[in-house]
Amino acid sequence: MADTFDLIVLGSGPGGYVAAIRAAQLGLRTAIVERENLGGICLNWGCIPTKALLRSAEIYHYMQHATDYGLVAEKISADIDAVVKRSRGVAKQLNQGVTHLMKKNKITVFMGDGKLTGKGKLSVTAADGKVSELAAANIIVATGARARDLPFAKADGKRIWTYRHAMVPAEMPSKLLVIGSGAIGIEFASFYNDMGAEVTVVEMLDRVVPVEDADVSTFLEKALKKQGMTIMTGAGVDKLDVTASGVKAAIKGKDGKVTTSEFSHVIVAIGIVPNTENIGLEALGVKTERGHIVTDPTCKTNVDGIYAIGDVTAPPWLAHKASHEGVIAVEAIAGKHPHAMDVRNIPGCTYCHPQIASVGLTEARAKEAGYAVKVGNFPFIGNGKAIALGESEGFIKTVFDAKTGELLGAHMIGAEVTELIQGYTIGKTLETTEAELMETVFPHPTLSEMMHESVLAAYGRTLHM
Amino acid sequence: MPIEIKMPALSPTMEEGTLAKWLVKEGDTVKSGDLLAEIETDKATMEFEAVDEGTIGQILIAEGTDNVKVGTVIATINGDDEAAPAPKAAPKAETPKAEAAPAAAPKAAPADAKPALATSAAPPASSGGERVKASPLARRIAAEKSIDLAALTGTGPNGRIIRADVEGAKGGAAAAPAPAAGTSAPAAAPPASKPASVPDIPHEATKLSNVRKVIARRLTESKQTVPHIYLTVDIRLDALLKLRGDLNKALESRGVKLSVNDLIIKALAASLIQVPKCNVMFTPDQLISFSRADISVAVSTPSGLITPIIADAANKGLAAISTEMKDLATRARDNKLKPEEYMGGTASLSNMGMYGIKQFEAVINPPQGMIMAIGAGEKRPYIVDDALGVATVMSATGSFDHRAIDGADGAELMQAFKALVESPLGMLA
Repeated sequence: MADTFDLIVLGSGPGGYVAAIRAAQLGLRTAIVERENLGGICLNWGCIPTKALLRSAEIYHYMQHATDYGLVAEKISADIDAVVKRSRGVAKQLNQGVTHLMKKNKITVFMGDGKLTGKGKLSVTAADGKVSELAAANIIVATGARARDLPFAKADGKRIWTYRHAMVPAEMPSKLLVIGSGAIGIEFASFYNDMGAEVTVVEMLDRVVPVEDADVSTFLEKALKKQGMTIMTGAGVDKLDVTASGVKAAIKGKDGKVTTSEFSHVIVAIGIVPNTENIGLEALGVKTERGHIVTDPTCKTNVDGIYAIGDVTAPPWLAHKASHEGVIAVEAIAGKHPHAMDVRNIPGCTYCHPQIASVGLTEARAKEAGYAVKVGNFPFIGNGKAIALGESEGFIKTVFDAKTGELLGAHMIGAEVTELIQGYTIGKTLETTEAELMETVFPHPTLSEMMHESVLAAYGRTLHM
Repeated sequence: MPIEIKMPALSPTMEEGTLAKWLVKEGDTVKSGDLLAEIETDKATMEFEAVDEGTIGQILIAEGTDNVKVGTVIATINGDDEAAPAPKAAPKAETPKAEAAPAAAPKAAPADAKPALATSAAPPASSGGERVKASPLARRIAAEKSIDLAALTGTGPNGRIIRADVEGAKGGAAAAPAPAAGTSAPAAAPPASKPASVPDIPHEATKLSNVRKVIARRLTESKQTVPHIYLTVDIRLDALLKLRGDLNKALESRGVKLSVNDLIIKALAASLIQVPKCNVMFTPDQLISFSRADISVAVSTPSGLITPIIADAANKGLAAISTEMKDLATRARDNKLKPEEYMGGTASLSNMGMYGIKQFEAVINPPQGMIMAIGAGEKRPYIVDDALGVATVMSATGSFDHRAIDGADGAELMQAFKALVESPLGMLA
């Protein structure tokens, strides 16, 4: 006899466990299946532990610059093992937090590999080989994604790393090559650079963080170079040879010339592959596109009773997008008519140094889409709080539709911008125009005042520049 | 300092109005309580009185100006010793100053003008009742495309009108004048419809009055969004006519003469109390059931249809209903109704019997759940005790909002109504 539930969630990452909690709130008998750690990649091997690492790097950076603030710090050094240990402790704490949340919400947890065995049926094979048969009218697939390998060199965890190896390094890299300058690549580049490694970043496209606004890319590249990083855009790695002492990399530069350099370690951050294999999707005829499951605005797949959320579906591949989809899917299942998500209202944050945050259309995308735009830009150097903090690098850019005043996008780089972007996100979700933002009173002295100034700047009304 | 006189909000939903007539001219001395102007709102013409004392400095908005936004400075009053002020270029929209001191309006104010000032104390948006929930972006796009937000259904959280709802709607008439300088949402924009090109036949074009615009908007909205069902019954009137005759004899000394309609108002109210499932209002997420029956009675006036209300008609005596109805109808024809006298009501009554109309179906007056249409009482062949006889009979047709009211419930109401009219002593008890 199968254990019967109203809903089974396959995968307990930020999409899956949030979906399960929402389902429990709505009175659904809910089971969640996880093969490794409750909380998934995000809080065990992704978002959270990297923030712990980056925090150590940030404090280390401040200690090295203590004299800038009139302080003396001598004999400063970093203990990479202790830094990693702290990061693992943070992950562990949150993992236990999710365990507690499952218990509190009376969600049944099955640890093991889950596989759809038919409509509304799922079997879970635990590590000890024990098989549990589950049944439910609805199943949410939230199996996430994993790092994409280079076609010519598989990550071995010794010299060639994915994010996962980079998070728990056995040794501190001396000379690091980072392939790919998306959020993951740039965050690790930033971390190891701050920790003292010599870092080179290779990006195939013509600028770093290519999904961000071009002005942000340009600013970041300059900032990273100033910190001592080598940035190669329009470049590609043709070949990696693991040697006794490191990795020899053949890098084809912008000019087409191939140079070979040796690195102690390589981090491969060239994208993700969705986890759609061996979970029974093919047999049920669940439609995928380039490996990712195709869903409708309520996260439903082409097969009745099967929903999919998060990284296993279409981009953007972000934890908060997965969580929100989890809520949408469950509410749809419970007959609640949730509102579809607008991807233009999903913010993105990159915790490199300086930080990057954005929401909505870049200036270039807005123009491509046919908007006549009004663009405002305000630099950190014009903000009192930024100067007091000693963080006067960066800017906030705001893009409006000139015709309607619609807030189309916002793009920021600089200290703590990841905590600022929510202001614009709320504004976008509420469909504000420039008028409401201009009329909002921003607290002084804060970094948030730059958002106000940036909005004013778009209409030629900046006060402090 | 000259005192600014601003366009008042004479009803909770008023956003703009027509400055119909100035009752003062520049240089006139006014004291608090003096009538300054007549303002035409969406439903009625109201008198606007002075709160402050002084001399009228400048009249900034000429009479006959349409779409004057609430809060616009329409004139200035100078204190005793002040010279005329420099003209003001752009009157700014602000909350009317009048609201600051409604209590200060002394006893000199005519009785019926007082409540008008009192209502102006509440800013329009806070009244809750008919506020249109829309995002700022939706409001702006609607204003640019001359779309009436009130006519749209919002798909955002809690029925909020969002950009997509406005973009999905058709724009207003291309030839329609752009809304005045400001960009806030138009309150009484004409219903979104394509302008028909006027055929080349000798004709006269009359500007739509605010009342006509509101009628057009509300009836279009009703027929487009409310699924109507119609239930018709034939009702013998003989007993009611007899009762009316007897009552009128008795009431003659008091100068009261009941009309058939007065009795029907009472019968409709009493049947709504008997069948509360029909005394309702449909909202997107709630069904509101009223425990009092307020009957909106359709009255034809020179400027259009208006529906003054007999509140709590089930519990009112017939003489009281009759007296109240006469007063309301008279003032309705003179455009002198106060907003609270025609806004609200839980169901409506429309009687076309006096025109000899045999039977008709009326359009529901949203957000009410039903309207009763009364045809002419006439002598008809009628079966009484299995024999063909003659009886005075009228046809009554109820229109019900089928979202809120099932056919069987509507039928129950029609039955109760018929029983009360045919045995009218039942409604006196």
